[in-house]
Amino acid sequence: MIQTWTYTIVGITFLLYIGVAIWSRAGSTKEFYVAGGGVHPVLNGMATAADWMSAASFLSMAGLISFMGFDGSQYLMGWTGGYVLLALLLAPYLRKFGKFTVPDFIGERYYSHTARIVAVVCALFVSFTYVVGQMKGVGVAFSRFLNMPFEVGVIVGVAIVFFYAVLGGMKGITYTQVAQYCVLIFAFTVPAVFISIQMVDHPIPQIGMGADLPDGTALLAKLNQLSIDLGFHEYTSPDKPRIDLFCVTAALMLGTAGLPHVIVRFFTVPKVRDARISAGWALLFIAILYTTAPAVAVFARTNLINTVDQVEYANIPSWFKSWETTGLLAFEDKNGDGHIQYYNDQNPSFIQEVAEPNGWKGSELTIDRDIMVLANPEIANLPAWVIALVVAGGLAAALSTAAGLLLVISTSISHDLLKKWLRTDITERRELLTARISIAVAVIIAGYAGYNPPDYVAAIVAFAFGLAAASFFPALILGIFDKRMNMPGAVSGMVIGLIFTASYIIYFKFGGGVGHPEQYLWNISPEGIGTIGMLTNLIVAIVVSRLTAPPPLEVQELVEDIRVPRGAGKPSAH
Amino acid sequence: MDHSKKQYWQINLRYLIFLLAIWFFISYGCGILWADFFNEFQIAGFPLGFWFAQQGSIYVFVVLIFVYVILMNRLDKRFDLDE
Repeated sequence: MIQTWTYTIVGITFLLYIGVAIWSRAGSTKEFYVAGGGVHPVLNGMATAADWMSAASFLSMAGLISFMGFDGSQYLMGWTGGYVLLALLLAPYLRKFGKFTVPDFIGERYYSHTARIVAVVCALFVSFTYVVGQMKGVGVAFSRFLNMPFEVGVIVGVAIVFFYAVLGGMKGITYTQVAQYCVLIFAFTVPAVFISIQMVDHPIPQIGMGADLPDGTALLAKLNQLSIDLGFHEYTSPDKPRIDLFCVTAALMLGTAGLPHVIVRFFTVPKVRDARISAGWALLFIAILYTTAPAVAVFARTNLINTVDQVEYANIPSWFKSWETTGLLAFEDKNGDGHIQYYNDQNPSFIQEVAEPNGWKGSELTIDRDIMVLANPEIANLPAWVIALVVAGGLAAALSTAAGLLLVISTSISHDLLKKWLRTDITERRELLTARISIAVAVIIAGYAGYNPPDYVAAIVAFAFGLAAASFFPALILGIFDKRMNMPGAVSGMVIGLIFTASYIIYFKFGGGVGHPEQYLWNISPEGIGTIGMLTNLIVAIVVSRLTAPPPLEVQELVEDIRVPRGAGKPSAH
Repeated sequence: MDHSKKQYWQINLRYLIFLLAIWFFISYGCGILWADFFNEFQIAGFPLGFWFAQQGSIYVFVVLIFVYVILMNRLDKRFDLDE
């Protein structure tokens, strides 16, 4: 039953994407790179939102929050607050600058090919790590719900993205993303509304998470109590060191504002004022999912504990068994009493006072956090078509993000490397052909990497944000707000910010510091170190620039020019 | 840079500082640094610090951008620098 629904709904959405792609295919490099610069701000906002919200936002985030409680706020604020920085500090000025890519800006503002190449390498690295995660998400969704082998799932996903990204470029991708946004937001909110009505009898999840349960206790108070009873910390209170929460949130915000695939979206609108407002629309559309996610987290966490706590394994609901077969959920009866004991077995005082006297021999449930969103409708006994919808939504989120990233990769190769550096005499037709070939190659490599995913995907994503925060963000901000900033300042800032951040992350994620959080600098985890890297970059850049000669006059004029909106014109390659 | 453009830029910077101060105060202040203090208060079933961190700050972010857009569109017109 679920499978029939899933095939139907996923099939319809895929036909929709292909139809949109054929209708909006690109004819010129301008259409291919920036959709001709003529996308309406509301549509651009939707496309940006779909581009931004990846398989991780859709499938993983709510699950992550449901296990972290208050500390999950770092993702909610971190992945939305960056849009304020984008709208106020970057988007309008970069749109006025009027070129195709972020390396374009870095290269011209700092009058240096070296700076451009550093930017291209960063852009490629960041985009590639991201895209691999998306392909993996596509494979997981297909294999769980369509009973297809994981590999076939990845291949189908690759084929779809290949088709519309190669054909349509930015134009095709933008309009497909609008359709994908509609699918994914509908798919995320509908189950949330259902569950909210079911649990607290309120149709708006954002309000429902604060409402009372039928027995009169407040849902959040109940969840706090359940958490404490199982030895976890109180759901609504922070647990991590405050400075780490602060730094991780900041690193994600600064990283968001420095990610090339987000910034490039603001090159696609006709005017400077459109760039400002489309950041607003994008955040509004993102906020719908990001304010629903914490509600889903609360519902899912409460439901999960109620379903499994002290329940006899023989009476477990069927969704539990079907997830067990995927290996993402596992029960091990450590004390052999046939009941499920799920509690915090890392909490010494709880073990001593509650677990041992009761004869519990460790928490018996292993749950992959990623399954919470997919399993949630099943846990709540929602109809089969809702579950099918969630699968289609997850695929929409993964495909839209993958397409946006692939475009950045192909633009970096055909425009930044080839057209601007290696073969400046290339014709537009050839450049467009190269762009299409490089996107095709990138899709295939990404598909292969998703088929054989390297370990540590999550660790690598932290890397991407940290590096974007420590490299691009200060270089862009200073390029606009500090007229005196010159090439030596910006480059030394970027290099030192990058080396500091990268070595810290490598040491604690892959090197000698693995499993030694007590060695953290000021209690800051590798996810948050980008914030310190950003500050280091900023200080180094300012000091060095003041000790060296000011930038050439035409660069200073360029800075003055991008500060006012008049005369933006269409984005151009020359 | 001629005088009116300079003045335009100064006002723009003032807007930025004002809006980013609110941005910082709500998210990092109410949502992180003083979350325990705000958690002592309840609003519509939420501990207030928790509400700021997982709901309120996001709403404020959206409002801040739209306020900035309105302020800047007006400023562009006033200085005759709009498109």
